Amino acid sequence: MRKTKKRFFLEVIGIILALLWVVPFYLMISNAFKSKVDIFRDVIGFPSSFNLANFKEAFTELNFLNSLFYSTVITVVSISIIIFFSSMAGYALSRNKSRLSSTLLLVFVAAMLIPFQSVMIPLVSMFGKANMLNPVGLIFMYLGFGCSLSIFLYHGAMTGISASLDEAATIDGANRFQIFIKIIFPLLKPISVTVAILNTIWIWNDFLLPNLVLSQETATIPLRMFFFFGQYTKQWHLALAGLTLAIIPVVAGYFFAQKQIIEGVSDGAVK
Amino acid sequence: MKNKDLSFWLFLTPVLLALAIVVFIPLIIGTYYSFTDWNGLTVTKFVGFEHYLNILKDETFIDALKFTTLFSIVAVILLNIIGLGLAILVTQKLKSSNFLRTIFFMPNLIGGLILGFIWQFVFINVFGEIGQSLGIPSLQGWLSTTNTGFWGLVILTIWQMSGYIMIIYIAYLQNIPNELNEAADIDGASSLQRFRHITFPLVAPAFTVSMFLTLSNAFKIYDQNLSLTEGGPFGSTQMVAMDIVRTAYTRNQLAYGQAKAVIFFIIIAVIALSQVYYNKKREVDL
Repeated sequence: MRKTKKRFFLEVIGIILALLWVVPFYLMISNAFKSKVDIFRDVIGFPSSFNLANFKEAFTELNFLNSLFYSTVITVVSISIIIFFSSMAGYALSRNKSRLSSTLLLVFVAAMLIPFQSVMIPLVSMFGKANMLNPVGLIFMYLGFGCSLSIFLYHGAMTGISASLDEAATIDGANRFQIFIKIIFPLLKPISVTVAILNTIWIWNDFLLPNLVLSQETATIPLRMFFFFGQYTKQWHLALAGLTLAIIPVVAGYFFAQKQIIEGVSDGAVK
Repeated sequence: MKNKDLSFWLFLTPVLLALAIVVFIPLIIGTYYSFTDWNGLTVTKFVGFEHYLNILKDETFIDALKFTTLFSIVAVILLNIIGLGLAILVTQKLKSSNFLRTIFFMPNLIGGLILGFIWQFVFINVFGEIGQSLGIPSLQGWLSTTNTGFWGLVILTIWQMSGYIMIIYIAYLQNIPNELNEAADIDGASSLQRFRHITFPLVAPAFTVSMFLTLSNAFKIYDQNLSLTEGGPFGSTQMVAMDIVRTAYTRNQLAYGQAKAVIFFIIIAVIALSQVYYNKKREVDL
């Protein structure tokens, strides 16, 4: 009896907390349907009608399809490159037991401690001189910033993959690259999912670096949102519709892959 | 693979190249620039420690550093308490456990810039209206004073990141064998005693991970700061990262901004290293 009562009490606390967590989203969405005057009149209540006018205007003003396109291309290409090169490096480092190899791993781990702002100014200036302030340059930067953690995770996962696999394949006449692509890389799939999820959350939402690297034409969603907000700062009905649009892709992704996302984040943080 | 194997180096070349070009070379030449009059294009003279001495007298930077430190301490404490609380709640085998976990974690997936804009609306418009209709003046004018800006940033950070900290604690809580708690229950231990003597010591390693993460994350915050308060009113809620960006790109003092960036790097490195050292030591002592 005491147990059930306690459990019920905890369920209620949980639901209240969950409501508290969702309130900002509710306020954003419900007010995105209201007119400017209605928001001023009643900010908390339900909208009187589900008028899509704000969304239509925000969609055009945000140039939404264009920014969705650049966000998607930059994220997908960066992630693919990070996965490919980091898994190769993690494999090579774990199959070489020399002191050099462990020193290199330490260099990658040390790089994780360097905050972005302390390399940002010379980095952007270097890439500017090389005419690389564009999506290609940005993707290369993401490889540089993203590889350390990814290599660290791949290196950890490699300890579970026996070197006898390599030996057997070598006897069969496979070279290193073939062994990696055909045998090792498929076995690393679970950690590749983790690496993909962690880097996607970061790159998709990144703002400062794209702001310094990209132009208006190739702006990603957060960047476009920032420009948009500068223009519509007192026009909350449009701004909130824009924010809702910006969140839709993320929430949709979360809805379909929440289990993998939470597991991936858990793996990435604990290792 | 041996050190002299070509394949070893071929496999490492792409990442070593990227890491060198993107992180290490900028760090090294940036440190050099911080001792010169670099303007983004050329260096005409070496100025020694001039920028660093100026930083000591730079009230904007000192204020930003104080604000960031205070913010980080408050955020780390609250994040860990709330994150651990949420983790304990969702590991009680409630019917709603999975649902709760999903909800608490959700803000993490959305960028700080967008979350900051949403909360700007909540603090200014929603708090304002509630304050007006209920006659609570303290709910009005949020983000227009240093104090409300500070707590606004703290609330936003907790709402965004405690789900992440929750995930870390869950991983450790699930490793606690059920028998331990059951045995203690039979022996008549209260929930509080069980927390104090079983849960707390076994979750201690999670503090290493999560204190390290939250402290350095809190210190490096930029997006939320920009979209929630823009550093205002009058720059009083500006954090270090924003001061560096503004020094370099609004005031165009690139070398001076870089000197601040070098100091920022040293602070972050010291935090990270001392935390790892301290926590490792404490774990051994336990």
